Amino acid sequence: MRKTLLASLATLAVVPALAACTENAKTDAGGGDARALTVASTKDACDLSAKAAPAGTISFDVSNTGSDVTEFYLLAEDGLRIVGEVENIGPNLTKTLTVTVPEGKYVTACKPGMVGEGIRADFDVTRSDEEVKVSADEAQLIEQATNNYRAYVQDQTSQLLVRTQEFVELYKSGDSDDEARALYPVAREHWERIETVAESFGDLDPQMDAREADVDFAAGEKWTGWHAIEKDLWPARAEKYAVWTPDERAKYADDLLANTVELDKRVQATGKDALAYPLDSIANGSRGLLEEVATGKVTGEEEFWSRTDLWDFQANVDGARIAFEGVQPILETKDPELAEQLTTRFAELDELLDSHRKGDGFVYYDELTKDDVDKLAAAVNALSEPLSHLTAAVVS
Amino acid sequence: MASNLSRRGLLGGGVAAAGVAGAFVAGRGTAAGDPVTAVVSSYPFRGEQQAGIVTPAQDRLHFVALDVTTEDREELIGLLKSWTEAAERMTQGGSAGPVGPVAGATDVPPDDTGEAIGLPASRLTITFGFGPTLFRTADGKDRFGIADQRPEALEPLPHFRGDIDDPARSGGDICIQACADDPQVAVHAIRNLVRMGFGVTAVRWSQLGFGRTSTTSTSQSTPRNLFGFKDGTANVKAEEAKALDEHVWVGKDDDKAAAWLAGGSYLVTRRINMTIEVWDRQPLGDQEQFVGRTKDAGAPLSGGEEFTDPDFDLPGSTGPIIPADAHVRIVHPDQNDGVRMLRRGYNFVDGSDDIGGLNAGLFFIAYVRDPRTHFIPVQRRMASSDALMEYLKFSGSALFAVPPGVAAGEYVGQSLFG
Repeated sequence: MRKTLLASLATLAVVPALAACTENAKTDAGGGDARALTVASTKDACDLSAKAAPAGTISFDVSNTGSDVTEFYLLAEDGLRIVGEVENIGPNLTKTLTVTVPEGKYVTACKPGMVGEGIRADFDVTRSDEEVKVSADEAQLIEQATNNYRAYVQDQTSQLLVRTQEFVELYKSGDSDDEARALYPVAREHWERIETVAESFGDLDPQMDAREADVDFAAGEKWTGWHAIEKDLWPARAEKYAVWTPDERAKYADDLLANTVELDKRVQATGKDALAYPLDSIANGSRGLLEEVATGKVTGEEEFWSRTDLWDFQANVDGARIAFEGVQPILETKDPELAEQLTTRFAELDELLDSHRKGDGFVYYDELTKDDVDKLAAAVNALSEPLSHLTAAVVS
Repeated sequence: MASNLSRRGLLGGGVAAAGVAGAFVAGRGTAAGDPVTAVVSSYPFRGEQQAGIVTPAQDRLHFVALDVTTEDREELIGLLKSWTEAAERMTQGGSAGPVGPVAGATDVPPDDTGEAIGLPASRLTITFGFGPTLFRTADGKDRFGIADQRPEALEPLPHFRGDIDDPARSGGDICIQACADDPQVAVHAIRNLVRMGFGVTAVRWSQLGFGRTSTTSTSQSTPRNLFGFKDGTANVKAEEAKALDEHVWVGKDDDKAAAWLAGGSYLVTRRINMTIEVWDRQPLGDQEQFVGRTKDAGAPLSGGEEFTDPDFDLPGSTGPIIPADAHVRIVHPDQNDGVRMLRRGYNFVDGSDDIGGLNAGLFFIAYVRDPRTHFIPVQRRMASSDALMEYLKFSGSALFAVPPGVAAGEYVGQSLFG
């Protein structure tokens, strides 16, 4: 998943009001060539192959024959509301805008050099047999999804902070290592549920969640955070490892806590510093959390020392499911089959994970058989494939 | 004797002359599309530089790293001499041993294993290199009296961020790179050289590769890696004599203590696993953003065609149009003090991994003049900021010093041991 920093509201670029843009490869427009248009964008012209198209899914193949980077927009009749856009088309390159449009009057615009209001022209979308439903509630659904997801992320970081405080105290005390070991995977669940958001803070993530192999010691980097402490608490697999002194423990523990406080502060920020959660970032986050499972958890690489990978696994899946469920009402209106498939596959993966529960938590990774791991990996693949279509479906 | 030298009747009585001249005989089963492979069927083993570096990249690879098991200098030199003779024969389409797979006595095993009977030379090249531990073992022992000739730059590569340090896939005292257009020919070469080495060397690790991922000649088209993207567009090419001297060949004044390496090169190998299944779920637009090039033509996102120079300053709607973490930006010579590498990597698929994913990726091979300036800083930059790192796991790593070419009457490595 693309690890872009979640923009704060103040710096967030203008997003299409109905988020109706995709830059997907051309899909079957269903109506033959009348809905497949070409656009030639030059320094001073914006030539469309037609000035009208029948309502439905219309594609614009935008070729940039100028020398500046260009953009192409389909705007509503008012010339303000963006129906669809395709950005960052380099010289000599072509990108496609595919957008579903109901009958009506529109405006097209090429924007060579990405400045000004662009080279504009009227564009008609004519009545056709292909009915295009525009849900009046969509804007409301998007707002709801955004608000819900923000609340979820904020709740998780505040719980993470509370649990980390408890963990740090136990760890520093030096006489409660069993309790610290028990709390470790439980506290980390709150991190793993929102891992894609946490990772978007490129300065905090490597300090808090780096694995030993992620650190370039030769270049002078230091290893800090959860996994460094994990090794100290579970040194059984380590070779020639000297456990930390109370002072060292305090140093690493305080550092982790300070970073957690900072993370929570950024996530809880309001006003102009508040984080924005556009629809595509929520859907991409869901996919991204399953990628985390596929690359680190199902292979047992994440919790190398403690073997508590299944806690992280479940938490990643929880976070992915919450993000999916947040956008599900929108998906239901656009691709109900995908919504149903994802619901089923999430349930199947959760059921499989349940079979490895033990007490309040899970079995350790090294207690899983090869067959268990194979089945988990297959279930992750089964969910991840349709999940990779979620973003395009909800923003279409 | 002549019939043993050539595995095919095709070269016939002209063997001796053809071998020296480079045998410009039409090859069969060569890669389509590359004009060079349609006219050249073999390369001479001897020359100013070892073959298999600037040689137009063949389609198949078998690479082996060996540990030397003897402490007897003369035994090692003896093997280098035998290897030289065998490599010269095999690269000309002949057998490994002087007798051949079927011509010898029936009561001894043949001196060639036979699976290449009937196959042409297939542009086979065999390239030898020496690892840091040949000069001094990990515990400090100078087994062959050459420690004082160890090139200063020949240090084991450091651990980079994201490396899975696996000694069973890293390092080695000696390496042999066999490249050919026919996998059976490359495997035949390594199999027979390894066999000759038993008692003196033992295999540490080996790697098969298919589908060259780089071009080393302007006559070749740029191939694609397993991400589906064109790779190595900015590679140093055989035709760039000045760039080769500047970036690939060790200069005669580069390292006084290791004068034997002048005219040679350093060989870096990195086994790079791709998390294929996760990559395949990335939207096309994101893939192009990670790489910084279009998937179709390989043009930089700043526009133009494949060989158009990327414009790293060209602004896009949010930041530069080639993103800050795009692979092309991170590794491009313009962003790395102008250093270039001669890359010669191959795709690999070693079946499936423990959880049913493809055990696949890129076996990275680069020839550079000095790894301290031409490889380590670029790899470090990539490990810390390249968007592709999310989809890569580095599962093997090695560095070798590649001696210059073998002149008539010499054996490989003679400048070091002679």
